[in-house]
Amino acid sequence: MNDLTLIRKGVFRKKVRATLLILSILVAFLIFGVLGAVNAAFGAGVDTAAANRLVTVNKINFTLSMPYAYYGRVRQVDGVENVTHANWFGGYYQEPRNFVQSFAVEPATYLAAYPELQFGEGQAEAFINTRDCLAVGADLLTQFEDWELGRRIPVRSNIWRQQDGSDTWEFEICAVFDGEQDNVPANYAFFHYEYYNEALQFGSDEIGWMVINTTDPSVNDQVIADIDEMFVNSRAESETTTEGAFNQAFVEQFGNIGMILTLVISAAFATILMIVGTTMFLAISERTREIAVLKTLGFSQPRIFTHVLSESVLLSLIGGLIGLGLAALFVSVAAAALSAFLPGLSMSTETILTAVAIMIGFGLITGLVPAINAMRVQIVDGLSKS
Amino acid sequence: MTENAGAASGPLYTLNDLSKAYTRGRESITIFEKLDMQIANGDFIAIMGPSGSGKTTLLNLLGGIDRPSSGEVIFQDQRIDNLSQGALAKWRSNHVGFIFQFYNLMPTLTAAQNVELPLLLTRLSGKERKRRVQTALEVVGLGERSNHRPRQLSGGQQQRVGIARAIVADPEVLLCDEPTGDLDRATADEILETLQLLNNDLGKTIIMVTHDPAAAKYARRELHLDKGRFLEKGGA
Repeated sequence: MNDLTLIRKGVFRKKVRATLLILSILVAFLIFGVLGAVNAAFGAGVDTAAANRLVTVNKINFTLSMPYAYYGRVRQVDGVENVTHANWFGGYYQEPRNFVQSFAVEPATYLAAYPELQFGEGQAEAFINTRDCLAVGADLLTQFEDWELGRRIPVRSNIWRQQDGSDTWEFEICAVFDGEQDNVPANYAFFHYEYYNEALQFGSDEIGWMVINTTDPSVNDQVIADIDEMFVNSRAESETTTEGAFNQAFVEQFGNIGMILTLVISAAFATILMIVGTTMFLAISERTREIAVLKTLGFSQPRIFTHVLSESVLLSLIGGLIGLGLAALFVSVAAAALSAFLPGLSMSTETILTAVAIMIGFGLITGLVPAINAMRVQIVDGLSKS
Repeated sequence: MTENAGAASGPLYTLNDLSKAYTRGRESITIFEKLDMQIANGDFIAIMGPSGSGKTTLLNLLGGIDRPSSGEVIFQDQRIDNLSQGALAKWRSNHVGFIFQFYNLMPTLTAAQNVELPLLLTRLSGKERKRRVQTALEVVGLGERSNHRPRQLSGGQQQRVGIARAIVADPEVLLCDEPTGDLDRATADEILETLQLLNNDLGKTIIMVTHDPAAAKYARRELHLDKGRFLEKGGA
């Protein structure tokens, strides 16, 4: 036997109570783990943003387009290394519920803008050189059983029409890409702007947004100022931001996800903190006589304090780690099912470390008052308790 | 008042001008005042007296779990009444074994684990602790019950575990507060015989508070505490 035995025995002194407390803590950390992973997935675009990448959109709203001519003008700005452009296609495969997040892009410059996209051997070149090629993200590819490299597929748009009235563009899947890291999205597809633009019934020679790689992040501010100044008082004024700021703004269209999740998690923790704190307080109060006996035997005040605090931390760690484990399991199952819609859904090391830190903090907070009370138990008073 | 409860050798305890008073609201209640006393090493004293006479309070002062209002408690030439909480805790673990009326065993621990508790405060190895626990349990006749929890033991057996816990760290003195108060006569006699054996054979100094005249007869000496004074009677 050692002190850890005493601490363990103290935690499980009343098994039903300990189990219920562990269950409460488990729920809190299950919520924390799952929502933390969701939050990270929403913020993946911000995390993966390159420091030297800028995004230019229509100043009124990013859903409004800009003249194609802007592309050529931005290429002339000092400090710009590469410029590409993209248009939102709003595609689906066969049925509207089979959503295909897809963009019309300028092939060579698009790949240059996003070096983190990894292609199989020869596929990047195949994409650049094939007018009707559809480059498909690995996560998107898994959503459709009949999609494979070399297959021709129709993709319909819920926005655009061809001059013949058709809403369908035929593509050949000639390239499959994936991110060099797990948090780089691979749940979308892109194809040649020219192939799309030349067939358009309306809205041709317009671009949705531009992605600019600067020569160095230190010139970002100047490049941003130069680009936006270039289009002042034009029919489509521009707004240029860093890619990180753009992605953050995009995510915040849905509301401040981080704030919402923080509030939900905080509410869960606050409730459970009070439940566990009160229960720990009562549990230790019930043991006043036992604590007095330990002190009579010679256990010092700091040792008693440490025991009670350790019980609380142990309880929190047991519940928290089980909850986090279940959250990891849930997230891994959900990640597979939601890879096309919420790429990068995984429990990060940061989430795990944060959770463990919260577990320890939670245990310390809920155990502090009972531990101080236990430490202060007067032996004579404690022994007289029935 | 001076009481010499000395036996064969020099004093284990010396109490000088010991007073104890409690404050209850605005009222101050004096338990005893200017008590002087010596207890010799190896003695077996039964302290008797009516309820409220201060028997348990005196035992608590001797055990360093309460502090006097004034006066000195000296143990083997060391004054203990002015030690810090931490130093007193260490002193208790080194020198005193406590035996309680209601045993005060930890319900979640086995008999052996209960007995081992005081040894957790020592630097002994796990193997040595285990050996000492087994020896202590055998001394009290419970060698075969080491893995039983308190609720699986009778009252007498639980008190034996309490005695084993009190002696396992080999303290000089055992302080017993009504050790047979919760037991039937036959079991009480067994417990008292065990205490007598610890006194006679192992030389433990035993100070026992009791209401029971039959229990007091096992002691070498009886002290009656009444109205803050000692009245001595002859022992067994």
